[in-house]
Amino acid sequence: MDDLLREFLTESGEHLDTVDTELVRFEQDPNNETILRNIFRLVHTIKGTCGFLGLPRLEALAHAAETLMGRFRDGLAVTSPAVSLILATLDRLKLILADLEATGTEPAGADTDLIEALERMSLGTPEVEAVPEVKAPEPKLPEIVVRECKPGEVSLDDLEAAFLAAPGPDDAPAAWMPEPAPVAAPVAAAPVVLAPVAPAPVAQVQEAPAPAVKAPASSDAPAEAPEGGMAKMQTIRVNVDTLEHLMTMVSELVLTRNQLLEIARKHEDSSYKVPLQRLSHVTAELQEGVMKTRMQPIGNAWQKLPRVVRDLSSELGKQIDLVMLGAETELDRQVLEVIKDPLTHMVRNSADHGLESTMQRIAAGKPARGSIRLSAYHEGGTITIEIADDGKGLDLLAIRKKAVERGIATQVDVERMTDAQVAKFIFDAGFSTAAAVTSVSGRGVGMDVVKTNIETIGGVIDIATQKGVGTTFTIKIPLTLAIVAALIVRAGESRFAVPQLAVLELVRVDATAPQRIERINDAPVLRLRERLLPIVTLKGLLGQDDTGTETGFVVVAQVGRQRFGILVDEVFHTEEIVVKPMSTKLRHIPLFAGNTILGDGAVVLIVDPNGIARQVSQGAQGGGPIEAESESGELGDPKTTLLVFKGGAGSFKAVPLSLVTRLEEIDAAKVEWLGGRPLIQYRGRLMPLVPADEAIAIRTEGTQALVVFSDGDRAMGLVVDEIVDIVEERLDIEIAAERSDLIGSAVLRGRATDIINIAHFLPLAYDDWARGTKAASVKTTTLLLVDDSAFFRDMLSPVLKAAGYRVVTAPGAEEALAMLQADPRIGVVVTDLEMPGRNGFDLVGAMRGGDARTAGLPVIGLTGTIGAEAVERARTLAISDLVAKFDRSGLVAALAELDAPPAVAAHARAA
Amino acid sequence: MQAANSNATEAGATQDFVTVFVGDTMFGLAIDRVHDVFIPAGVTPVPLSPPEIVGLLNLRGRVVTAICLRRRLGLPAAEGSARMAIGLEQGGETFALVVDGVGEVLKLGTETHEPVPINLDARWRDLALGVHRLDGRLLVILDVNALLVFASDRAGATAA
Repeated sequence: MDDLLREFLTESGEHLDTVDTELVRFEQDPNNETILRNIFRLVHTIKGTCGFLGLPRLEALAHAAETLMGRFRDGLAVTSPAVSLILATLDRLKLILADLEATGTEPAGADTDLIEALERMSLGTPEVEAVPEVKAPEPKLPEIVVRECKPGEVSLDDLEAAFLAAPGPDDAPAAWMPEPAPVAAPVAAAPVVLAPVAPAPVAQVQEAPAPAVKAPASSDAPAEAPEGGMAKMQTIRVNVDTLEHLMTMVSELVLTRNQLLEIARKHEDSSYKVPLQRLSHVTAELQEGVMKTRMQPIGNAWQKLPRVVRDLSSELGKQIDLVMLGAETELDRQVLEVIKDPLTHMVRNSADHGLESTMQRIAAGKPARGSIRLSAYHEGGTITIEIADDGKGLDLLAIRKKAVERGIATQVDVERMTDAQVAKFIFDAGFSTAAAVTSVSGRGVGMDVVKTNIETIGGVIDIATQKGVGTTFTIKIPLTLAIVAALIVRAGESRFAVPQLAVLELVRVDATAPQRIERINDAPVLRLRERLLPIVTLKGLLGQDDTGTETGFVVVAQVGRQRFGILVDEVFHTEEIVVKPMSTKLRHIPLFAGNTILGDGAVVLIVDPNGIARQVSQGAQGGGPIEAESESGELGDPKTTLLVFKGGAGSFKAVPLSLVTRLEEIDAAKVEWLGGRPLIQYRGRLMPLVPADEAIAIRTEGTQALVVFSDGDRAMGLVVDEIVDIVEERLDIEIAAERSDLIGSAVLRGRATDIINIAHFLPLAYDDWARGTKAASVKTTTLLLVDDSAFFRDMLSPVLKAAGYRVVTAPGAEEALAMLQADPRIGVVVTDLEMPGRNGFDLVGAMRGGDARTAGLPVIGLTGTIGAEAVERARTLAISDLVAKFDRSGLVAALAELDAPPAVAAHARAA
Repeated sequence: MQAANSNATEAGATQDFVTVFVGDTMFGLAIDRVHDVFIPAGVTPVPLSPPEIVGLLNLRGRVVTAICLRRRLGLPAAEGSARMAIGLEQGGETFALVVDGVGEVLKLGTETHEPVPINLDARWRDLALGVHRLDGRLLVILDVNALLVFASDRAGATAA
């Protein structure tokens, strides 16, 4: 493709976008001649250039559209169908342009449908005859002011085309003087484009052999020329790559300057101090200048929105006003690129889900026209974009319900959460409360993608919603990604950069000072102005030993509404750093946003506050991978709620409450015996009863306490002597029991209590003999347990924890893969092989095909039935072992066999 | 810090290779892929990174990901050997391949080229393009692209 064509494509694309926007404006304001003239000019330019480049199909279309617009100018009523038709034409033009871009040639085909429709539209008025009259004599009737304008504009555009076509700047003036022979070609070209203005058939354009006489026509409009000419002189089109390269070079210059300054600091009385200072100033200015070249008004990203909203409003039958404020607010083009699609999606969403239908609005006593307000403004080093609608607001009740259904949060959590927190669930993947997916929304990107996109550029997104009043999304994004201020800190042996944007303050902590780290169940916290701040240690996050780090600095950071402290060993200074992208080989590590070179030439990693925030909340929710790091000798789990009961001979036993379905007191007389097994009719079914201990005798009179467990439609009643209490304690299993019915013992409320192993009771087998389980050795491996059944997850977690693993769980293959990506410390995976959707085999397949780390992870498969086929499949996927789902000791044994690999991984990480 | 230049490339079926050493084995890298030969200094380790990655280093203002050829080949870490690095580029990114030493540039014809012996360790087989029979020793030609792809070939590494 030659440069000329490429230039044409870029320019036409931009022109069409502008026309899109302008047309929508024009439709609302049909009397605004400025807009019309602008549209007309742009379409004409496209048409002219097409003719020049020999693109008949595009030209014919543009011509037909132009004719209709010409009729508008002559007073034809601007109707919605007419505008729609022109918009459709523009779409077709874009389609052809896209094809042209891809193949380099105009695609074959005809657009007679559109052209005819356009012609019908422009002819379908009483003023039909006026058209040729108006147009034909134009060049010859310069005395009519209004008409004179047209040739003026036209020629200017053609001149522009000629300018663009000209091989060098020297040829430009030639366009005004037709004499010089060598440059005759571009000059001649200009009038060629003029030809279609006259009602001459399109086909003539190409053959029109440059009636040079018409060239002077261009100089007939001197009034227009300087204005347009000046505007063009002010800007030049620069290839983005060139700019990017310039930016990189300036970044390097900044770094080199920083290095020089560093050296100069050490040599106090050096003679190069003054020039160095000047270099420093110049560099700063240069940097600023280059940054400016990358700045674009945010309006560029909004350009398509009026059209989008217009189309939506006719598609959905809603009346929607789009208000755009602060379109001139500038931000880095890289940032602009990233937010373009999310913004479009959010506006779509607001129009589709946010705003009610016209009827509903009227019924609610609101104005019939819904409004979406987009605004952008600068605020400190960030730009804030708001997308506000005056619709019905988010249905928080539905969101709460959905969150529980999808297992994202528990009922209790959801009830405790504030509305703002609940609203944020809409950013979870696959979360849609829309009753029906319309053709408008649900096209590819969801809100989760929106959030991810915004977060990748260090932005945050917030929602404020009020029922019946509307929803406002607030996006805060940094102005630029290239250079940020960062705090340089030390953790262990290494230095790290923390972007200052996320940092609220620094607090010095010391074990003896009033500001000190306290621990709740080993989770470090800091009292900060009457509030508790969760703390993570940077060393811990990075998988290093962080014991004894009670002294240092807490970097108080905020991401979204989440506030947390990052404990580091030392804080050095702040520095403007040039953010360099992370190597593709390291991009999967969620804790780092990139890297940079400091003034002293060292490479440091940039810590990603978003990544840390995710880890913090993950830790708080249950897996506890962060806090668990702190205590190597114990199982640092968060608290577990346990049900304590008396089970045989007055001993205390406990079971995690999350496993328990119900607690029942039944009439002992209702216990029936079938084939020597006790049963009870429970909710219309027969439920087997199993004593929690062989010492328990099922009562024959009075009431009998039962703990009911269920999974799916199976249920089991565990017969206990007496239900004692529900306690919330850290499940710290001290001795792995020698019995399969017990996981181990723990001290709960000062009493030695056996934690029972439900896995033993569930298969209803009375295998009471001891199974020689070895005392658990504490491992540092994180184990990922994947099972679609929450029941099994809860059941197996304590078993695995007792075996010495840190356990994180995932309810499905997708989540598991995400966690594998997010937590590089996962050293072994235990997965159920039979799951709905993507099953365990699919998960392992995806892991094996993934990056090096997941490909090599040992996997144990849990299965209900071990068939030959499953064994074969497991072998091909390098699944280390297959274990029956209820076989607790089998699983522990299989894990014990795997002991070696975690050691390898740990070694590799340390090296 | 000087780029390894290929002198006088002749037309014909010869190819130039930069030779590097890991332990006693000599490896060859196609010279058109080698951008730099330098001594790696000031390497910043990356926590939680794949084991092959030594860390990041600053090569004339560019951040370069250093990969240890030894670990890439599944060899035990060496002690005290002087280390060198080869600058490689792929997909606009620069990588440094850390090796034990760098030898001369060899111009080799197809007549000494042999396919990769099938009894080689699977991991090596995936990384090698062939072997050249030289006087007294063998030169294993490494596939630079394969070296820089981490995903597929490590299933057996940690599963042990």
